[in-house]
Amino acid sequence: MLETGLIVRALLRNKIGALLIALQIALTMTIMVNAIFMIQDRQQQMQRASGLDESNTFYLTNTIFGKDYNFQAELQTDLNTLRKTPGIVDAIQINAIPMSSSGWSMAFQHKPGDDQDALGSALYMVDEHAINTMGLELIAGENFTTQDIQWRASGQSTWPAKTIITKVFAEQLYPDDWQSSIGKTIYISQTQPMQIIGVVKQLQAPWNGWNGVERSMLVPFQMESNSSHYLIRTEPGRRDEMMPIIEKTLAESNKERIIRRVTTIEDTRKRSYRQHNATNRILTTVVVTLTLITGFGIVGLAIFSINRRTKQIGTRRALGATKWQIMRFFMVENLIISAIGVIIGCIGAITLNMWLVNTFNLSPINFELMMFGVISLFIVGQLAVLYPARKAALIPPATATRTI
Amino acid sequence: MFSYYLKIAWISIIRHWGLSLLMICAIGLGIGAAMTTVTVNYLMSSDPIPHKSKQLYNVQLDSWDVNDPFNDGLSPPTQMTFTDSTNLMKAKKAFRQNVQSQASGVIESNDPEILPMSVNGRANSADFFTMFDVPFIYGSGWSHLADENKELVIVLNKETNDKLFGGENSVGKSLRLDGNMFKVIGVIDQWEPKPRFYDISTGAFNDSEDFFVPFNLIAEEKIGRSGNTNCWKPVGDGYAAFLASECVWTQFWVELKTEQDKQDYLAFLNAYVEEQKEFGRFARPLDNRLSNVMQWLEDQEVVADDAKMMMAMSFMFLIVCLLNTVGLLLAKFLGKAPEIGLRQALGASKSTLFSQYIIESACIGLAGGLLGIALAYLGLKGVESLYGDYMQGLASLDSTMMMFALVLSLVSTILSGLYPTWRACNIQPAQQLKSQ
Repeated sequence: MLETGLIVRALLRNKIGALLIALQIALTMTIMVNAIFMIQDRQQQMQRASGLDESNTFYLTNTIFGKDYNFQAELQTDLNTLRKTPGIVDAIQINAIPMSSSGWSMAFQHKPGDDQDALGSALYMVDEHAINTMGLELIAGENFTTQDIQWRASGQSTWPAKTIITKVFAEQLYPDDWQSSIGKTIYISQTQPMQIIGVVKQLQAPWNGWNGVERSMLVPFQMESNSSHYLIRTEPGRRDEMMPIIEKTLAESNKERIIRRVTTIEDTRKRSYRQHNATNRILTTVVVTLTLITGFGIVGLAIFSINRRTKQIGTRRALGATKWQIMRFFMVENLIISAIGVIIGCIGAITLNMWLVNTFNLSPINFELMMFGVISLFIVGQLAVLYPARKAALIPPATATRTI
Repeated sequence: MFSYYLKIAWISIIRHWGLSLLMICAIGLGIGAAMTTVTVNYLMSSDPIPHKSKQLYNVQLDSWDVNDPFNDGLSPPTQMTFTDSTNLMKAKKAFRQNVQSQASGVIESNDPEILPMSVNGRANSADFFTMFDVPFIYGSGWSHLADENKELVIVLNKETNDKLFGGENSVGKSLRLDGNMFKVIGVIDQWEPKPRFYDISTGAFNDSEDFFVPFNLIAEEKIGRSGNTNCWKPVGDGYAAFLASECVWTQFWVELKTEQDKQDYLAFLNAYVEEQKEFGRFARPLDNRLSNVMQWLEDQEVVADDAKMMMAMSFMFLIVCLLNTVGLLLAKFLGKAPEIGLRQALGASKSTLFSQYIIESACIGLAGGLLGIALAYLGLKGVESLYGDYMQGLASLDSTMMMFALVLSLVSTILSGLYPTWRACNIQPAQQLKSQ
C-alpha cells in the first residue's frame, strides 16, 4: 500500500480518536470471544442426550396418603393397567427422573471396607421393564429377570445383588476394558456386594451440573413408598393424547392417592436447562448489541473525521486521486486501527478467560474462536467505514478551491 | 447562567441530533445492561433480615468422615445430624434456638368439596417464628410446651389458608395432614425472604413454606421429612437407626445477643464435641462454626456464578459504551473549533467554556441514564421471563437502584466528557479565526 505512511502520519495527528476506537474494538473482542465461548460451552451441555426416548415419554408423581395402603398389590394393579392401555409401549415405577435434579446417589468401591476409594453413581430403582420403557440400549450382558426384582421397604438399608450400569460408569470402574465389567462385583454402602450383569449405552443422572452426570445404574427394586414416579413410554406421536387419559384413569382407580405433576421429559429438559438457555440468550444479546454499538461508533467517528478533512480530501481529488483511492484511504485507516484493536483484544480476551477459568472453573478458550473474533471485528470495522468512506469519495474536487 | 448553558447545550444536541442520539443510545444501553445485572446481584446478595441478621447464627459441627472430609476439609457439613441438633436443643444454651427440616405431606380438608392437596412445609421449633420475625395474620406460633409434648398443631401460610378456609380466621379449626388430625393455631401473612436464608439447602431462592409443624413430630413419624439428606456412614435398617445415624439433614439456628454470648456459645459447642468424641464420634479435628446470616449466605455462595459473570461482562459493556461516548464527544467538540475560537475571541473564559461543555455532557448523560432505567426495567422483565421461578422476586427496580442508575450515568458521562472538554477549551482562537 503506497499511502500507508501517509495514513499513519494522519492517524498520529489524531492519536486519541484512533486509540478510542482501537480500545473499543479491543474490549468488544474481549467480551465477544468469551461470551461466544460460554454460549458454545452451554450449548454442548444442552445437546447431551439423556438416554431416554425423550419425545415419547412422560412421567407423573404418585403420592399416597391413605392409611393401611397395600403398596404391593396397588402397584401391580397400576402397572398392569398402564401396560395394557392401548397406545402405551411400557411403564415402570421409578424413584427419580433424569434431568429432574432430584434423585439418589451412592458411592461404589471395588473392595469392601471403610477406607476404600469410591465412585458415586445415580441410582434408578426399577424393574425388568426399565430398558424397554426408557428406550435404553443394552450393549453388553443381560437385563434383569422377574426373579431379580425385590420389594424395598421404606428406610431399608440392604441392596439387591444385581445391577445394570452405564458404559461411562463401567469405563471409569474398569479403565482398561469396560466390557470386562460384566460379572464383576462392586460394593455399595462400603460392604454390600452387587454384581454387574449388564451395561447400557447411556443414561444420565438426574443432576445435569454434576461432573458424574453420565454415571448411573439400574437397581432391581420396587418401592413401598408414599411417593414415587411412574415413567410411561407411548407409541410415537401419541404422548400428548395419552397424558390426560392416564392421569384420569389412575386418579379414578384409587382415591387414597394424588396423581400430580404429569410432565413430559421434554418439559423436564427445558426446565432443567432453563438457566443455561436464559444465560445464552442474554449473552447473545450482549454480543449483538455490543457489535452494533462499536460499529455505529466507528461510523460516527469516521463521518466526523471526514467532515473535518473535507478540504484535504477535495485537494487530494483535485490533485488527481481517484474516488477509489479516497475510499481506500479510509478503509486502510480503519484496518490499521482494527489491527491495533484486535491485538489488544487478543490479550484482553485471554486475560478475561484466565480470570473466568480461575473464578468460575471454565475451560480455556480455543484458537479457532480467537481467529473468529479477529476476522469478524475486521469485517465489522470495514463494513462500518464503508458508508463514510463512500461519502468521502463523493466529495467533489472543487471543494478544494472553496473556503467554508 | 446555568439556564443559558442548558439552552446552548440543547441547541447543540438538537443540531447534531444523529450524533446525540447515538451517544444517548450507547449510554442508555450500557447503563441498562449494567443496571440489570447489578440489580440481580444486589437482590441476590441483599440482607433478608437487616435488623437482626447479625444476631442469628447458623451452627455447623464437623461430624464428617475422617478419611474423606466434607468439602475436602475446607468447611464442616452444611447440615447437622439429628442426634446433635436434638442434644443442642435440649441444652438450651442460646437465647433462642431452632432445629428444623423440610417436610411435606398431603392435606385433606374437612370440606369434601376441596380436593386433597400436596403441600411443602417445615418442621421446626417454637422459636422459629420469633427468631425470624414471621408475621402472623391470625393466632401465633406454638409454645415450647407444644414442642415438648409433640402436640399436633399447625401454622398455615396465607395461600394455604385461603385455599382451605377461604381466607377466614381458621385458628382452632382442624385439618388432616398425612392422615393425622392437626389443630390450626396460626396463619402467617405473605412472607418471602429473598434469599430464603433460614434454609438454602435446596436452593436459596425457593418459596417459603405452605405449613409449619413442630419438629419433634418427625421422630414420631407424624410428618414426612423432605429436603437434602447426606450420609457418609452406612445406616442400619429402620427409622430409629436412621435417626441415630451420622446422616445430616437438620438445620440448626441460634439467636445470640452479644459478641460475648457468641464466644460463650462457641465454647459450649467445642465442649460438646469434645464430650461426643468420647463416644467415638467426631473423629475430625475440632471445627465448629457460628455464621451470622450474611456470613452464611456468603459462605454458601448464594449469589450465582452466572449473575457475577454477567455483572462483570455488563460493566465491560458499559466501558465500551463510554469509550464510544468519549470518541463521539471529542469529535463533536473539536468539530466546533471555529465556534469555540470565535467565542474565546469575544471574551469567553476557559471556565465558561468548560462549564458549558460539561453541562452538555451531563445532559446527554441524564438522557442516557433515563433511557438506561427504562432499558433496565425491560431487561429485568426479560431476565424474569427467561429464568422463570428462579428469578421470581429478584428482578425489580427499587428507588435506590434507580438513583444509582442516574448517578452512575451522570458521573460516567461527565468523566467521559472531561477529556473532550479539556481539548475544546485548549483550542487556539487565533488559528481558528485565521481560517475563517
